[in-house]
Amino acid sequence: MADPMRIRANMVDGKVEVKVLMAHEMETGQRKDSKGANIPAWFIQSVTATHNGKTVLDAQWGPAVSKNPFLSFRFSGGKPGEKVQVTWTDNKGEKRTDEATIS
Amino acid sequence: MSMNRRHFLKGSSGATVMALAASAGLLKLDPALASTWNENAFKAKNLNETVKALGGQTATESKDITITSPDIAENGAVVPVSVSSKLPNVESVSILVEKNPNALAASFNIPQGTEAFVSTRVKMGQTSNVHAVVKAGGQYYYTTKEVKVTLGGCGG
Repeated sequence: MADPMRIRANMVDGKVEVKVLMAHEMETGQRKDSKGANIPAWFIQSVTATHNGKTVLDAQWGPAVSKNPFLSFRFSGGKPGEKVQVTWTDNKGEKRTDEATIS
Repeated sequence: MSMNRRHFLKGSSGATVMALAASAGLLKLDPALASTWNENAFKAKNLNETVKALGGQTATESKDITITSPDIAENGAVVPVSVSSKLPNVESVSILVEKNPNALAASFNIPQGTEAFVSTRVKMGQTSNVHAVVKAGGQYYYTTKEVKVTLGGCGG
């Protein structure tokens, strides 16, 4: 199981600002190991953030997103104490969901 | 070497990934994922191809989109890029790096209530133009910013 995400959700000017740090290799599939064999691609393909069951961000990523990806976005309609959930799925089908409380 | 590599990648990476995923039915595990991965968009080599793969015709240059990133990135593996837009009815925001093997780095769907702002970090193989493509009101708009990537460890 992959390491947990670090999620912060803060109120900024009446909007919720979400910052997510995911732990993932984000291997492009372009690198070779010391024997010259191709290192297979392994990267997060989709990221979904929800708040009260409503999707607030839905992303598709390619391998060009940096290792241990960072993501930040803002949405309106959230209140302190409510939860924001973030789920990622990688190209091997592995997935992880974490949540944070808006403060 | 690079030609071989290109060919190899072209033929294999996308195909194996999709085959793996399909054979295990993995991509369909979560019905909450509204859209499946747009393989064609992530294979496209330049701005126009990417816009077409995303479902548009052409993109118009717009001054209402802002890319925030360093002018010079010392480490191409971690280039912070933020995109914001003042266009009304923004539906999606995509980040493209022109000279990467595949241009599209990330594509974000922006539902109503979410600000037209995303910030993330991308990899860049070399100095290149970064495009931000914004879909607003059914139309595609873009803006471009050059980011220089310094090679070597001295941080030029």
